[in-house]
Amino acid sequence: MRKKASVLVSALLVGALVMTGCGTKAPSTPAPGSTGSSSSGDVIKIGVFEPMTGANAAGGALEVEGIKLANKLYPEVLGKKVELVLVDNKSDKVEAASAASRLVEKEKVSAIIGSWGSSLSMAAGDIVKTAQVPTVAASATNPLVTKNNDFYFRVCFIDPFQGKVMANYAFNKLNAKKVAIVQEVSSDYSIGLAKFFTDSFKQLTGDENAIVGVSNYNTGDQDFSAQLTNLKAKNPDVIFAPGNFTESSLLIKQARQLGIKAPIIGGDTWETPEFIDIGKDAVEGAVFSTFFTSEKPITPESEKFLAEYRKEYSGKEPAAVTALGYDAYIVILDAIKRANSADSVKIKEQLATTKNFAGAAGMITLDENGDAVKDAVIKQVKNGKFAFMDIVKAK
Amino acid sequence: MMNLNAVFQYFTNGMDLGTFLQHLTNGISLGSLYALVAIGYTMVYGTLRLINFAHGDVFMMTTYFAFYGVSTFMLPWYVSFILAVILTGALGMLLEKGAYRPLRNAPKISIMISAIGASFLLENLAVVLFGGRPKAFPSVKVLTDSVQFGSVSIQKLTFVIPIVTIIFLFGLLYLLNHTKTGMAMRAVAKDYETAGIMGVNVNLTISQTFAIGSMLAAVGGIMWGLKFPQIAPLMGVMPGLKAFIAAVIGGIGNIKGAVIGGFILGIGEIMIVAFLPSLSGYRDAFAFVFLIVILLFKPTGITGEKIAEKV
Repeated sequence: MRKKASVLVSALLVGALVMTGCGTKAPSTPAPGSTGSSSSGDVIKIGVFEPMTGANAAGGALEVEGIKLANKLYPEVLGKKVELVLVDNKSDKVEAASAASRLVEKEKVSAIIGSWGSSLSMAAGDIVKTAQVPTVAASATNPLVTKNNDFYFRVCFIDPFQGKVMANYAFNKLNAKKVAIVQEVSSDYSIGLAKFFTDSFKQLTGDENAIVGVSNYNTGDQDFSAQLTNLKAKNPDVIFAPGNFTESSLLIKQARQLGIKAPIIGGDTWETPEFIDIGKDAVEGAVFSTFFTSEKPITPESEKFLAEYRKEYSGKEPAAVTALGYDAYIVILDAIKRANSADSVKIKEQLATTKNFAGAAGMITLDENGDAVKDAVIKQVKNGKFAFMDIVKAK
Repeated sequence: MMNLNAVFQYFTNGMDLGTFLQHLTNGISLGSLYALVAIGYTMVYGTLRLINFAHGDVFMMTTYFAFYGVSTFMLPWYVSFILAVILTGALGMLLEKGAYRPLRNAPKISIMISAIGASFLLENLAVVLFGGRPKAFPSVKVLTDSVQFGSVSIQKLTFVIPIVTIIFLFGLLYLLNHTKTGMAMRAVAKDYETAGIMGVNVNLTISQTFAIGSMLAAVGGIMWGLKFPQIAPLMGVMPGLKAFIAAVIGGIGNIKGAVIGGFILGIGEIMIVAFLPSLSGYRDAFAFVFLIVILLFKPTGITGEKIAEKV
């Protein structure tokens, strides 16, 4: 009897090991031909840490598409070849930190791009700050990513703005008075965006009780029926559900199966092909804010990006984060050019002064926190495609 | 933390009957899925005293077999599902032959570590073969539609899964108790050396056990894919652990217990979120706390079956 119990306890411990290890199994994928040498010599190394496996894999893949395209179009700077060193952060915060360490310590990169997912970017924050390697996030929107970190920049807007955009949309366009929120508690992005939405929406309605219910789930959850049944009983006009694309898509599907008719709206993380593949009819009509639409090219660089992307991916339309991945690369290249050096501190100084730089997803001016101020785009799922709805000006 | 009084208030003035019934059907639906996966888990344990940690990953492989059957080979869904179940049975046998048979006379801990290795192998193989991005499981309209009963909306699958679970439960009980193969399995479970001396083909019997256990995981995987139509290489980890917990709650090795454990776990998880919404981020923790409590106070599970220990 005791023996049996002890076997089971050890089994449990091993089980726990399997759980904690679940984000750490896939092999990392260094770029072909990468060696341990430093950026000196005739190559300049730019590190890329993105989720290529795990819960956020599709988001990471879309960003890498943009980064690789930019590298193909602009393969050289200061007469040297630019080499991308891609490491997989496996959608895991611990892995994200070690991926960043590997880039700065082993690969000795001059600058870093990444990562999709604010939590993953934040996990690398201290490492790049200590190592003094400038890092540009393409689509991480949580304000804390760049806060108190001189070495972290981003080419997208931040969540206080995005929360306001969606609160305005719910209030003005959908005439919502009561909103329910479903948030992904393990994601800093989702929690932050839900909070900024709540603040703006309460202000707009002047009603302290305008948020009728908040439900939580974890990354990787698949069953949301209990949370949704609770919210259904509260009868909200609109449900705001910022979160990872697969979970959100399953959540919307289950909401419709439970007979919830209220519009469900979200944030930029929804724009992946998987969101529609998995959600199918259920996600039809879902509305979210994002960064860029291929229907409204903003700069000459947008035109160039779109033309090259369509050529490379035969007719496919790029996602907003792909354009941002592209921008993150060319912004770094521009800073290297102006610094006239591959020295990471000099690059950082030039990055901080980026002003009116024409990127694919709009003009980039980095403010004192290293954040870009940009317009938001509202998109809707229509006939199984992401369709442009509206542009909301930043100021 | 919510105190008892608050919980009581939730019971008295919080929830109307329709909402409660909706929660209950959600719980039964989730519970029967856990039960279905747990049956296979517990069956392999019952015969071999081996906690097959790769069970959840075998389950994941099935969903990919079914996915490629429909999307690449353009098979009708029912053909693809049946093929996926058969392929998974073969995979189970292969796994037994490669990872467990060579260690049959080694200490139990070695074979368990080998099971963990097999689990990692399958997960990484899936990342390499199928890619890390999630895929959409083929949807079968006749099964995934919803029907409306007053204010309660129920997916047809909610009826299908418990029925499938019950059918497989009785099928398995019949196999074990009323057939020659079942008798051989029980004999091997008691003492495989003696069973071998008495003329039971031990290798074949253990292979059959794995094939059946894996096919049960496969049926669970297909049902899981229909209910949560998103498949990814690591999707088997959590269901595998939950099914393990369900099996332990029911008394590992006991097939009826696994079904009861599955239902308790599924309904418990839903009710925790239903009555204590502020704790909804901790529902997985609930499952593990429940496991620890069971192990502390009733290590043989609720069915309390004593199994002769041979470790």
